[in-house]
Amino acid sequence: MTGPGSTTLTIDQALDLTVEVIASIAPDIADELPTLDRTIDLWEELQLDSMDHLNVMSELGDRTGVTIAERDYAGLRSLAAIADHLASATR
Amino acid sequence: MPDRELDRHDVFALPSLGADMDFGSVIEWRVAPGDTVNRGDVVAVVETEKADIDVEIWQDGTVAELLLEVGREVPVGTPMLRLGAKAPESVSTPPVQTPAATASAPPGEQAGIEAPLASPFARARAVELGIDLRGLSGTGPGGAVLVADVEAAAAAPTSEAIAPASTTSRRPEISGDGVRSAKRAEGMRRAIAERMALANRDIPHYQLDVDVDLGPMLDALERHNASLPIGERLLPAAMFLAAAASAAAAHPECNGTWIDGGFVAAPSVDLAVAISLRKGGLVTPVITAADTRSTTEIMALLKELVTAARSGSLKSSWMVDGSLTVTNLGDNGADRVHGVVFPPQVALVGFGRIKSRPWAVDGVVAIRPSSVRHWPPTIVRPMAWLAVAFSTHSLDDSNNRRSHDRPRIDHAHD
Repeated sequence: MTGPGSTTLTIDQALDLTVEVIASIAPDIADELPTLDRTIDLWEELQLDSMDHLNVMSELGDRTGVTIAERDYAGLRSLAAIADHLASATR
Repeated sequence: MPDRELDRHDVFALPSLGADMDFGSVIEWRVAPGDTVNRGDVVAVVETEKADIDVEIWQDGTVAELLLEVGREVPVGTPMLRLGAKAPESVSTPPVQTPAATASAPPGEQAGIEAPLASPFARARAVELGIDLRGLSGTGPGGAVLVADVEAAAAAPTSEAIAPASTTSRRPEISGDGVRSAKRAEGMRRAIAERMALANRDIPHYQLDVDVDLGPMLDALERHNASLPIGERLLPAAMFLAAAASAAAAHPECNGTWIDGGFVAAPSVDLAVAISLRKGGLVTPVITAADTRSTTEIMALLKELVTAARSGSLKSSWMVDGSLTVTNLGDNGADRVHGVVFPPQVALVGFGRIKSRPWAVDGVVAIRPSSVRHWPPTIVRPMAWLAVAFSTHSLDDSNNRRSHDRPRIDHAHD
């Protein structure tokens, strides 16, 4: 779903943006993000919780113009999954 | 130390930033002599064993003098700064001392305290054990008396026999973040362990668990969130806090503190919210008057507290004493938490993670036949364990027990 004001993002751009947003919301684990396996479950491995999840989705929505439905949160648990979702939503 | 009297009203002392805090050290001053301050302004960042806290001042005035050297660990109650009258035009204040010169005097002298320095916890323990603090030498910073000193004195035949030889100061290292966070993790573990050991020893605990079907609550939550932008959506955690707050208001015998052998009901429901820090440890900032707030308001405050806790910017006005603690293990946590009551409180509410489980609805539970593709929705429900740890101190008559037996989430709809 593309909202007003969303601009096209490549996968790499979406990945960079996701890392940046997670780092700003969870500064205590920011140093682990650049070297992180893109496919691992952020919530299991980095102990991000539902509050972080909500904040990340909210901030990504604001930054990209992509509206992320609540039912889509569940599948967006790795850097790769989030970046894919953003890139395809802005295409 | 000059013999100038410190007027109590003009001195701002290191506040207690939670019932488990005995010591703190200023790691950064945010004000300087001559600055005008208003109630609520952050005057310093104070490092405690558990977190760095932005300390807000309680009164208006002009900073006349900073009384603590950066990095020196002192007991709660040690004067931090002196205020002059709030009249910046007429500069008739006494000559301002340099902080370093002032801070070289022991904190006891600055404060004009006659009894020896002692942590609040040590004082309470001394009263309990009938120990006179004046007969003791402390092993804490600046010779302050610690709980361990009081207990050693109680165990020894005479207090003189156990007087420690030295008063080594645990001066904090501020040489780098790595050193500080390592010290922090160690201090946090020590503080929590000490507190929990005392709680387990002194509080007669019992636990009650209830398995709760959260279907109606989550349905209401989904309908509520559907029309809202992501940033305004509610999480189950906010519903749990709101539910705990309204239950606490309905059961005042669980909402308060056990002090000096008696229960004192709290005038409001001040929920201490356990927030885990990913690098280790736990902080418990407080949502005051939680029973008077909407779930939306609680959600906003919870967001603010979690963000502040994890970015190290908790404010002193949040680090007050709660009347009841709530812990929510979240979506990656365990199914049940059998908590330890945080003294001097008398109860702790723990919410386990939400999990889909088979559950009998209307007296029916079914085994899924292989020919049925999906679980009937009325049989698999989103369930969570609600566990409440009580101190027996929260029971003053048999009627209370009846109400404890049936804790329920009765705040499912905002």
